[in-house]
Amino acid sequence: MPDLLRLIVEPGFFSSEPVQVALIAGGIVAVVSGIVGSFAVLRGQSYAGHALADISVTGGSASYLVGISPLWGFVGVGVLAAGVMDMIGVQRPRGRDLATGIVRGTGLGLAALFLYWDTTHTSTTGATITILFGSMFTISSSILPVIGVFSVVALGIVAVLYRPLLLSSVAADLAAVRGIRVRLVGAMCLVAIAVAVSLSAMTIGAILSTALLVGPAATGLRLTSRPGLAMTWAAVIGLAATWLGVLLAYDSFYWPPEQHGWPVSFFVVTLIFLFYLLASPVGRRTARRVPAGRPGLAGG
Amino acid sequence: MFSGFMVNTWTVASIVAVVAGVVGFFVVLRRAAFVADAVPQGAFAGAAGASLLGINTLIGVGVAALLGALGIGWLSRRGRRDVATALALVVMLGLGALFLSFSVQYAPEIYSLLFGEVLGVSATEIAPVAILAALCTGAILLFYRPLLISSLMPELAEARGVRAQRMELLFLIVVALATSLTLPVVGALLIFSLMIGPPAAARSVTDRPLPAMLASVLIALAVVWVSIAAAYETNWPVGFFVGALGAVCYAAGRGWAAIRRHRGGAAWRHGRGARGPSGAQEHGLQAANVRV
Repeated sequence: MPDLLRLIVEPGFFSSEPVQVALIAGGIVAVVSGIVGSFAVLRGQSYAGHALADISVTGGSASYLVGISPLWGFVGVGVLAAGVMDMIGVQRPRGRDLATGIVRGTGLGLAALFLYWDTTHTSTTGATITILFGSMFTISSSILPVIGVFSVVALGIVAVLYRPLLLSSVAADLAAVRGIRVRLVGAMCLVAIAVAVSLSAMTIGAILSTALLVGPAATGLRLTSRPGLAMTWAAVIGLAATWLGVLLAYDSFYWPPEQHGWPVSFFVVTLIFLFYLLASPVGRRTARRVPAGRPGLAGG
Repeated sequence: MFSGFMVNTWTVASIVAVVAGVVGFFVVLRRAAFVADAVPQGAFAGAAGASLLGINTLIGVGVAALLGALGIGWLSRRGRRDVATALALVVMLGLGALFLSFSVQYAPEIYSLLFGEVLGVSATEIAPVAILAALCTGAILLFYRPLLISSLMPELAEARGVRAQRMELLFLIVVALATSLTLPVVGALLIFSLMIGPPAAARSVTDRPLPAMLASVLIALAVVWVSIAAAYETNWPVGFFVGALGAVCYAAGRGWAAIRRHRGGAAWRHGRGARGPSGAQEHGLQAANVRV
């Protein structure tokens, strides 16, 4: 048995500090993204989530330039962009993707400018790639408390607004009739998404941020039509994909090509995608069992 | 600004603007901004793979863009389109990260793929871009009517024997083509901004499909020309100017539509209900329908 374990987990995995930090930070981010992401998928705001992750990268690159902590750059710009999106009408399904696209195009344009200033003035060419792709094994352990605080903020918004948010996501008209301020609830949800994705974009890179926000949540919503359970599934799937991905990336140091680790993001994304594909036949079978009068939430 | 190597830049950028204006018109009609965003971004995985294998970047980008577009089409048949697009995109980016980690590619080259290096276009790049551009616009013009009807009113299109799924596939392939022609030359950001901002502004100016498409091309050309001139003068990245001008176009379009709605508000409210950028869609359908 120890031999088998040794085969799966290369020696030194659990005692290595970068790995420990990666497991903790990645785990927290995966759980938060899974739960907040369920609302993003339910509300059809996957694109907004993806755009916010990329825009918060703009904040990250700007903060390198100004010299403030990247953290404030990431989260501040992410929340600011969420506000702009809400203002120009991400609420309405019609024209929503266009509004998102415009905000994202502008954000990326600014990112291009900031990165250009960054690279020409301080000649740190690696910065571009680091900001875009992140690197789980280079997270410093001093950032963990901050990650914790922002996770609580994102989860807190969702928890406080849980019932009105759910109702206005599934049936906006009904929610409005019941006196729920749909617009305000929607804006708060977008802020929660912004905090979650800027947090993950900062710690694990913009690619993984989108993957963890959309993939596990969509899988969870396929597995069950009960929202609470779907969120639990999303959190568990995100966590499993992240931890397995970190493990595989650590092991891959000994795979060909020699002495060269494969990127964590590749493993995590692949695992999330596999989970999503595997969930589809299950989802279809469950969907058939749901009575016609109650379509449920499945269909992600 | 107009001498030597800059001639190539002006030529290629103008071709790109025309294609973006035409394809972008349908991107906006079909509410496919995410797709138009994801395919170019994901296609950069192909560039990373091509540099790893040592083959032509254009081929790598083309294959990746096509695979990404087909993947989106395949996935969205059994789920929501935005989820399908997001998943296809992250899988491509994950592969790109893997290829990048294997290759010894220098960071600035990747940077130029994302944000564009339009000032460094060589003469040999013009021919392939022109051919792909002709293919793109040709496909759109050939299938103009079925594509338009299926974008505006899928049910009506089905009733007339236009297969919605086939039109979606055609649209995705055209986006992939447009991407692969422009990505290595002008970058993912530039082509995406061009496919969104100008067409959105054009739709606020006129409701009729063909004039809107023409306006979209003209606005895209203006945006590109101003951006290149500004980038040449300031030495800042072209992508920044295109992104900013795209947003300006969109804002101007929204403002124009609001003013129009305000001025003719009373008549419209009695006649056909509130009209804005959204009402334009129904009107566009009427115009299209007359000639169907």
